[in-house]
Amino acid sequence: MTAMAPVPYRVTARRAETRDTATITLEPCGGAAIAPIRPGQFTMLYAFGVGEAPISVSRTGPLIQQTIRGVGAVTHALYAARPGQVIGMRGPYGTGWGVEEATGRDLVFAAGGIGLAPLRSALLYALDRRGSYGDIALLIGARTAEDLLYGREPEDWRRRGVRVEVTVDRADSGWEGHVGLITTLVGRLGERLDGSVAFVCGPEIMMRLTARELLARGAADIRISLERNMRCGVGWCGHCQLGPLLLCRDGPVVSYEDAAPLLSVKEL
Amino acid sequence: MSELPAPVLTGHEFFAGMSARHLDRLAAVAGHDHFTAGGRIFEEGRPADRFWLIRSGRVALDLHVPGRGGLIVESLEPGTVLGWSWLFPPYEWRFGAAAVEAVRAVVFDAAAVRALCAGDPSLGYELTRRFAAIMLDRLQNTRMRLLDLYGTPSEGAW
Repeated sequence: MTAMAPVPYRVTARRAETRDTATITLEPCGGAAIAPIRPGQFTMLYAFGVGEAPISVSRTGPLIQQTIRGVGAVTHALYAARPGQVIGMRGPYGTGWGVEEATGRDLVFAAGGIGLAPLRSALLYALDRRGSYGDIALLIGARTAEDLLYGREPEDWRRRGVRVEVTVDRADSGWEGHVGLITTLVGRLGERLDGSVAFVCGPEIMMRLTARELLARGAADIRISLERNMRCGVGWCGHCQLGPLLLCRDGPVVSYEDAAPLLSVKEL
Repeated sequence: MSELPAPVLTGHEFFAGMSARHLDRLAAVAGHDHFTAGGRIFEEGRPADRFWLIRSGRVALDLHVPGRGGLIVESLEPGTVLGWSWLFPPYEWRFGAAAVEAVRAVVFDAAAVRALCAGDPSLGYELTRRFAAIMLDRLQNTRMRLLDLYGTPSEGAW
């Protein structure tokens, strides 16, 4: 077995999240399995006969879950995978969020759109060890209420002590939540966030604006998850290069301090 | 509208750093206001004769679109200002507003504030500068939302 050979995994469950997004649960078909996945890492999922795509992991541990938005041929095939279907998996690849080492600190998660998927793995990790962390806040931004992921899970997270704030870009009069940019939610967390660790994932512009708000409130330790054209997953092919970084190996999670100068360079 | 003690205004983010003289003048044309959850605060097209500083609760700015019903344009939270149509002719609301949650606010008599500003250009400048900062912030946020950041990517999708 080489780093490029996919391991067969069977889809054991599928939950439709939105009109174009689903979460699948995966188990190894036989004896072979990939190494344990850390929150924030990704895998390459192979839809046999169609192709391979990098997919973030939305739940780690014995039960692997991955949330897929069908936007192209490969992701459509993965999104449509039904229980019983076999797909290939390589990995895990890349850096994680480092939530395992953030014990004792307050955690702020800020998710834009499908960016909630890799953050969910870190949030669930922290919730399984709730006593090891300080305050936990989760800020969610989505296009509409219909685009919010994970059904009623946010209510469960609230019950388990997470401050969950949600905003959408567009809403009709039936929506009782917040409407506006996700950055407006940062102010709700209080004046100062010194000592907190912030984990941010979403469109790059959203991450830049959110990081700016977090920095203004003293949150110096900000980690973001970047996405580029991951192909090999092991730093060989160079497709996912961002300046000095190969994001499949040096990312996807990087410190905002390191990434900020790169994000403002056009065509990088 | 009963006159407010100036310290009520001092504690609000919008007035941070404003001189006591200006605060006293504004407090003289301000009062307390409140709305129950679901209550309408103003309607599109009606005279914009006041504005509010939100102290607690949440307000939804909305617009009725034929065929689509009421759409929420933006939510406003404690610490911010509700209403700026009173600043510019024709002094009519461009959107409607409703209390999503019970709202406590400080309300200002718009005509009286305009008269104060006309009589004291330094107050007018100070107030306009603060409103301009809010408008800039909301304009930038609106532009970002127009980008539809969470939309489906059109190129390079796997």
